[in-house]
Amino acid sequence: MPTKPTGTLYRGKTGMWSWVLHRITGVAIFFFLLVHTLDTALVRLDPAAYNEVIATYKTPIIGLAELGLVAAILFHALNGVRIILIDFWRKGTKYQNLMFWIVIGLAILIFAGFAPRHLANVFSHLPVGK
Amino acid sequence: MVTIETPRSPRTRKSANREKWAWLFMRASGVVLIVLIFGHLFVNLFLGEGIKAIDFAFVAGKWANPFWQVWDTLMLWLALIHGTNGMRTLVNDYSEREGIRKFLNASLWTVCILLIVLGTLVTTTFDPCPDTSVVDALPQFCK
Ligand code: HEM
Repeated sequence: MPTKPTGTLYRGKTGMWSWVLHRITGVAIFFFLLVHTLDTALVRLDPAAYNEVIATYKTPIIGLAELGLVAAILFHALNGVRIILIDFWRKGTKYQNLMFWIVIGLAILIFAGFAPRHLANVFSHLPVGK
Repeated sequence: MVTIETPRSPRTRKSANREKWAWLFMRASGVVLIVLIFGHLFVNLFLGEGIKAIDFAFVAGKWANPFWQVWDTLMLWLALIHGTNGMRTLVNDYSEREGIRKFLNASLWTVCILLIVLGTLVTTTFDPCPDTSVVDALPQFCK
């Protein structure tokens, strides 16, 4: 009878969840990048049109979505370093679990530094008038 | 349906080698993208008034400087190729029919190439002071 797998890098523990998160964040960032390349291309066509489109990035709802985007990028980038260390560092697999929590900790830390400032920018700029 | 005899056996010798370079590229581009993307977010979203300050004049101010033109063009290429190659991994994992897998991967690379061409044209042929009826939108240094 097969024994229950435990302690492997990819089943049920942080190894698996980091993989799930890395995949989901990667896809989310990819689709944002498609849109972002297109909206930025407007600068070449028409300055006024670009300003109009970029104004939607400053609305509360999209402003909040940007927090999600930054959180996704933070996790994906830092966990990317963890993946690279697992692959290339002799002790990478040994510390992969610890490194996962370092990734989460660092991501939260940087996010906490960014979020209040970003929220202040978004919510002090509710487009009334001009 | 693609059947791989044992998970470790490559499809063919040639594609195994190509996969190795793709694998390596994901890691190399990832390291460079950390610098490029974090720098991009720091300057555009954190410094000054962040998202509030972004408009045509802001972009024009940045791209009047070759440093940011090179930065953004490199970021465009690396992020699009990295992201597209990552999506290819997902397509290979989840598609069950060979025809659909090929079609999705071909679509991914087509979009990738189109956006790289478009984006590169934008960053390299950009004019910070274009002829426009809406002079308001132009940066200070054009007036
Ligand atoms: C910020 C710096 C980044 C780092 C350090 C990074 C790192 C990595 C690494 C190491 C992998 C794993 C490749 C493998 O398993 O063979 C990966 C996968 C992936 N990345 Fe990134 N990446 C970054 C940015 C991005 C960006 C900007 C996008 C989207 C445009 C993206 C989309 C993806 C996708 C879709 C995958 C595939 C996920 C999977 O196979 O489960 N990444 N990334």
